[in-house]
Amino acid sequence: MPAFPKKLLWVLLALAFLVPLLHPLFPDVVSGYRLFLVSTMIIAAIAVLGLNLLTGFNGQISLGHGAFYAVGAYTAAVLMDHLNMPYWATLPCAAVVCFIVGYLFGLPALKLEGHYLALATFALALAVPQILKYKWLEGMTGGVQGIVLNKPEVPFGLPLSEDQWLYYYCLIVMVVLYWAAANMLNSRSGRAMMAIRDQYMAADTMGIDTALYKTVTFGISAAYTGIAGALSASAIAFVAPDSFNIFLSIKFLIGLVVGGVGSLAGSVAGGIFYVLVDNSAQALSLFVRNDLGLPFDLSAYTVFGVLLIALMYLMPMGIVGGVYLAWRKLRGVRG
Amino acid sequence: MEQFIQQLASGLANGAIYACVALALVMIYVSTDHINFAQGEMAMFSTYISWQLMTWGLSFWVAFIAAVAFSFVLGVIIERAILRPLHNAPVLSIIVVFIGLLAICNSMAGAIWSYLIKEFPSPFPKSSFGIAGVIGPHQLGVVVVTLIVLGLLFVFFRYTPLGLAMRAAAQNPQMARLVGVRVDWMLALGWGLAASVGAVAGIMVAHIVYLDPNMMGGILLYAFASALVGGISNPGGAVLGGFIVGVLENMVAFAGNQIEKATGIYIIGNGEKLTVALIIVITVLTVKPAGLFGRVVVKRV
Amino acid sequence: MAALLEVKGLKAFYGQTQSLYDVGFDIPNGGITTLLGANGAGKTTTLRAICNMVRTEGAIRFDGKDIAGRATEEIVRLRVAHVPEGRGTFTTLTVDENLRVAAYTRRDKAAVQADLERVFGYFPRLKERLQQQAGTLSGGEQQMLAIARALMLKPRLMLLDEPSFGLAPLIVVEIFRILRRINEDEKVSILLVEQNAALALDLATHAYVLETGRVVMSGPSAVIKDDENVRKSYLGY
Repeated sequence: MPAFPKKLLWVLLALAFLVPLLHPLFPDVVSGYRLFLVSTMIIAAIAVLGLNLLTGFNGQISLGHGAFYAVGAYTAAVLMDHLNMPYWATLPCAAVVCFIVGYLFGLPALKLEGHYLALATFALALAVPQILKYKWLEGMTGGVQGIVLNKPEVPFGLPLSEDQWLYYYCLIVMVVLYWAAANMLNSRSGRAMMAIRDQYMAADTMGIDTALYKTVTFGISAAYTGIAGALSASAIAFVAPDSFNIFLSIKFLIGLVVGGVGSLAGSVAGGIFYVLVDNSAQALSLFVRNDLGLPFDLSAYTVFGVLLIALMYLMPMGIVGGVYLAWRKLRGVRG
Repeated sequence: MEQFIQQLASGLANGAIYACVALALVMIYVSTDHINFAQGEMAMFSTYISWQLMTWGLSFWVAFIAAVAFSFVLGVIIERAILRPLHNAPVLSIIVVFIGLLAICNSMAGAIWSYLIKEFPSPFPKSSFGIAGVIGPHQLGVVVVTLIVLGLLFVFFRYTPLGLAMRAAAQNPQMARLVGVRVDWMLALGWGLAASVGAVAGIMVAHIVYLDPNMMGGILLYAFASALVGGISNPGGAVLGGFIVGVLENMVAFAGNQIEKATGIYIIGNGEKLTVALIIVITVLTVKPAGLFGRVVVKRV
Repeated sequence: MAALLEVKGLKAFYGQTQSLYDVGFDIPNGGITTLLGANGAGKTTTLRAICNMVRTEGAIRFDGKDIAGRATEEIVRLRVAHVPEGRGTFTTLTVDENLRVAAYTRRDKAAVQADLERVFGYFPRLKERLQQQAGTLSGGEQQMLAIARALMLKPRLMLLDEPSFGLAPLIVVEIFRILRRINEDEKVSILLVEQNAALALDLATHAYVLETGRVVMSGPSAVIKDDENVRKSYLGY
């Protein structure tokens, strides 16, 4: 999988940090709501990044990452709600909890491959909302009602609005996590992860402890997605069981496939993409009803579904991967 | 005691539904090695078709047959148009396509018929059906209908030349070609039949769980559990697994209920049914992947 | 007399690897022809190529019709029966089902039954095992079943891949005797691939020798048998 050009990455990053400062100049374009939307995109990007570490780089298919997202979100929510923990401190806690949960789920997953692992994780995703409603946990989780939280407060008296601060908060977390993931993938361990994906038997006979790598990768992947969940709990200031249904996991899959299986930059693009479509659903529906004159609502999931299938035919490497390849072809680079 | 028997009976009725969906999953699995994650949503869509036909004035059974036939055609088309071209694609691509189908079926049903929960009629007369205090008319009807459908399928696969050819194609496609079996069409036919059986399950269960685009989610999970318990490559096992899981599900809830009554401590109840299925799925997959009645398939490396 | 099967300039590929280069031969109607060669010479590949089970280039004509590139099952339906290497039976189906599946498109039940009886004439042992799963048969019985199933296709040409593979010598002799009877009684042409060159040359009227994907020698069996190279390489004396 191609690496993203480094220069471009820095430019994008600088832009990302500067954009909110343009608010006084273009108050309507860089509005609070827009920034909030971008924050949710960043959160989505982190979640997809987590899934990509597992599925894209390590070859373990998960259809149930919504479960780890939920664990992260609830860990953060419970800690804030019951222990009054500051929102920023919940991130490492959510990461640890999700790492453990992911690692534990990774143990039985060792015995499963391909379709079977997909099946197990799919089952997990289906059961998550019900598990969250379990009576014994009700005292902590608030049952069906969920937990209402406060939005992150702007620290150090910085001259920022809540939405602006949330945006920077999410952005910083993502940059750190992205950097960590890129470094990890470039290390010996990262190469071992990918070797396991590409040549399981060979990796095993080469002396790579495949079981350890697979379970730890499961843990790290879950931790990433869990951090995204914790961020979302802060951002939306609310958690409830039914928002962590199977379709959440499907959205992560969309992000993975659209961005590119096994591409870090692609994960970010994929996360941005699914939030964008999800939020344009209403506009899309209006378009179908009014402009095309069809008598029904077009849901975001129809778009997602068609896209998932179409991509498997046209660009199995994802849009980012596909465009990148096309770009390289245009420039005449081979290999 | 009476309560116990009622729970057992309703477990059997649920089990009949799971058996149908599990059989549909297994039919596709044995011939293509794919797990159809969209099986439940396809069945849900078929159920809406039958509902639509009924609101247009058709009688229940006419709508039933029409919807089952529609599902057959839909299954064949999906196999031929969407899955056939991908038959050499990596596992992830296939899974993604199934998830895509799931999303399309679900969202299209929501778009066309809205996400509002609808009542769905039962075709079984209240007065003459069922056994008072043991099993309700609809539950008994579900068991009877599914048993008829499963029986028909058994006869088809066991005693007709076409059914034999389909089994041959599933067991060894390469070899089946060498005896002149048009394997590609057998797979498409298998898909059609699977979609039809799923539709039967959907239409039968809709009266119990009500009609809505998400009605099959939990049932699909139970069907997975059933198929795994019976051995995912064993059609007979899947059917048996369906009944076992259906009864088990109700018994677990029943036991939880009794414990709560006796001790006042809530451990498990109706609210944990999906969790029970999840535990079954993961336990069977990791402890006994061949299921109770399946053969162990040794994977070559 | 025109040849039943004509193969010209046949090439075959497994992925990127080419395993046949320019193979050509004719199979006369009603005769038995054998392909000889060492392991990896391309014998099995040639049989697979005829039924389009590998990627091929070149001309293949059966009964005057160009069949190159047609789907395997359509070639089989022209009554070309291929008995693959390694006892290709449907192991989980019964003997009866294994035989009947070859006739699944035929509506005339009486004719199918008559064909079954005819096949049992050659393989009476199968009749005793009718309801047994094919996987539980002995090696020799499975090979017989595979040939019997091919016969149910009423073939005009039978492609046999290593029918002696892994079987006890006595069984092999029996099977080869039956093959000769089938050839004579049913007027089935046979293309035989065999490691056991001596046996094959006894049965066949014509032989082709393959080396690394090319035909290097051909002629009547009697002539081939006396060739010194063949004797040294394949007959072992």
